[in-house]
Amino acid sequence: MVSVSTTNNDDSAVHEKIAPEPQAIQRGGPIGNFFYRLFTEKYMGAFGFIIFIILLFVGIFAQYIAPEGYNTIHPIDRLQAPSANYWLGTDQLGRDVFSRIVHGAQFSIIIAFSVSAISIVISVALGVTSGYFGGRFDMWSQRSVDAWMSFPDLIILIVVISVLGPGMWQVIFVLSLLYGIAGSRIVRGAVVSVKENVYITASQSIGTSTFRILTRHILPNVMAPIIVLFTTRLAAVIIAESGLSFLGLGVPPPEPSWGGMLSLDGRSYMFLAPWLAIVPGPAITIVVYGINMFGDAMRDLLDPRLRGGGGRYSGK
Amino acid sequence: MKAYALRRLLALIPTLLIASVIVFFVIRLIPGSVIDLMLSENDFSNDATSREQLIAALGLDTPLIYQYFKWIFGIIVHADFGRTLWQDTPVIDEIWARLPITFELGVVSMLFALIVSIPIGVYSAIRQETIGDYAGRTFSILALAIPSFWLGTLVVLLPSLWWGWSPPITIVPFTEAPWENIKTYIAPGMILGLSLSAVTMRMTRTMMLEVLRQDYIRTAWAKGLTEKIVVLRHALKNALIPVITIIGLQIPVLIGGTVIMEQIFVIPGMGQLLLESVSTRDYPIITGIFLIVGTGVALINLLIDLCYGFLDPKVRFDK
Repeated sequence: MVSVSTTNNDDSAVHEKIAPEPQAIQRGGPIGNFFYRLFTEKYMGAFGFIIFIILLFVGIFAQYIAPEGYNTIHPIDRLQAPSANYWLGTDQLGRDVFSRIVHGAQFSIIIAFSVSAISIVISVALGVTSGYFGGRFDMWSQRSVDAWMSFPDLIILIVVISVLGPGMWQVIFVLSLLYGIAGSRIVRGAVVSVKENVYITASQSIGTSTFRILTRHILPNVMAPIIVLFTTRLAAVIIAESGLSFLGLGVPPPEPSWGGMLSLDGRSYMFLAPWLAIVPGPAITIVVYGINMFGDAMRDLLDPRLRGGGGRYSGK
Repeated sequence: MKAYALRRLLALIPTLLIASVIVFFVIRLIPGSVIDLMLSENDFSNDATSREQLIAALGLDTPLIYQYFKWIFGIIVHADFGRTLWQDTPVIDEIWARLPITFELGVVSMLFALIVSIPIGVYSAIRQETIGDYAGRTFSILALAIPSFWLGTLVVLLPSLWWGWSPPITIVPFTEAPWENIKTYIAPGMILGLSLSAVTMRMTRTMMLEVLRQDYIRTAWAKGLTEKIVVLRHALKNALIPVITIIGLQIPVLIGGTVIMEQIFVIPGMGQLLLESVSTRDYPIITGIFLIVGTGVALINLLIDLCYGFLDPKVRFDK
């Protein structure tokens, strides 16, 4: 096995060179190999991945999948129970709940991906500089992260959203900042351990520029935890956004946020129309469950160092 | 140990001061001033003179810097968080009236989380890869995925639809009727505890698995000790140390969760006070709650760090 991919970490690469196991054969490069192992070894992870793909599909093609727009009103059919016509019933304005759930998937995806992407950039920028340069800068930035993290997320969110006013961009901004700073801790940890490798010292001694070391040597080697962080963030953001919208501080009413549907529509009319309070819950639960399962499997496959004792008594 | 605790306490001061500056100034950026809100609600004639009188009466006519220093010195010198803008009552009294309620809810939730998560985590680890283990892990991942506000809504909704029962909403003082008092917190505490228990359970399981593979555990088995003694006496004791860290990290999550639970179950705690103050733009209360919560979390984390010294003799604080 000479064609071992460079993205594998050193141990497994060496291991594969010495003793190629049948399962370890590369199938279509690192990505193909990852999915091969996902579907052959991690059944729950594969299940989660399928849920994730369905969410993406529903979100991207919401306009075509949903029978109606999210704000199409049928004044006569208000608070209708689920039926063949309205699969999940209608709300107090006569809007089709199923259509709103489908469009809600789109909102969740837009917010989850934007927040995860921006927060990862912040985490990487903070974590890589703090971990690589160390010293006084590291100490100060870590103490600031400590201070920041001693305030409950939700309290910061409530206060900042009340300053900025509710809305999609505000939610994306605040959540990105919140998760970006919290995640820098994980990136920093990975960088600190990669930094100790001899090839970094070698690179420094031949006079490679710091920027080049950071982008060519450090970053590729901390990619695994970053990808895992990104995936698990998606689930966290979906939960956080729905919680905010539930408190009336997220995406404002006409937009179909899953959390918001539980807050206004769901709560005021829930005794008349219980489906309004029941339906959005499973949507959030299934999606978060799927992404978490996929993220766990991904962590096990990509980054064995982060795995908590998933082994056996025998210490396999 | 004492020196370490003192050093950590001192390190808190700059952190909290920075936080107080940020909180104080950011809160005052809230769009729409309290003045407009008061004028429109109290039927004052909205002319320039009454407006200026009101601003002066609330002490908002002085420069922000001056307001900040007045506020922060009040807190440091005699724990005075200022007066609320609407009722003109001391902020500290308002918060003090709500704090025990939120605190009790938090304690009930945390206790429930631990009662559920540690036994399941231990069982999952000693019966790894069995049906019980899978059930435990599925439970924890589900508990993590189910939004607590949805579960709370269902707990309010379904029993009342089916049996006409709804959770109690009046809070009886603990000293008068302890059971009645605790009953109020059971439903929200269980729901909040459930979402907290997921992480603790996973951590307990992971640490147990790690510890169970250690040599001294093999020795304990070899000595012929019963499973109960090996697991509870030898393994759990050591596995719990990192679990305590996780519990500390969950304190902020717990406080955030109480805001949502108070909202659903109409419990007049600090979370409700915060949401009310945000909507009426009562800055002194918001800043007060923020500072008290931040200090509380920081102190709890300090206590947890110091706990290690008692739990793990290997930990030494002095360099």
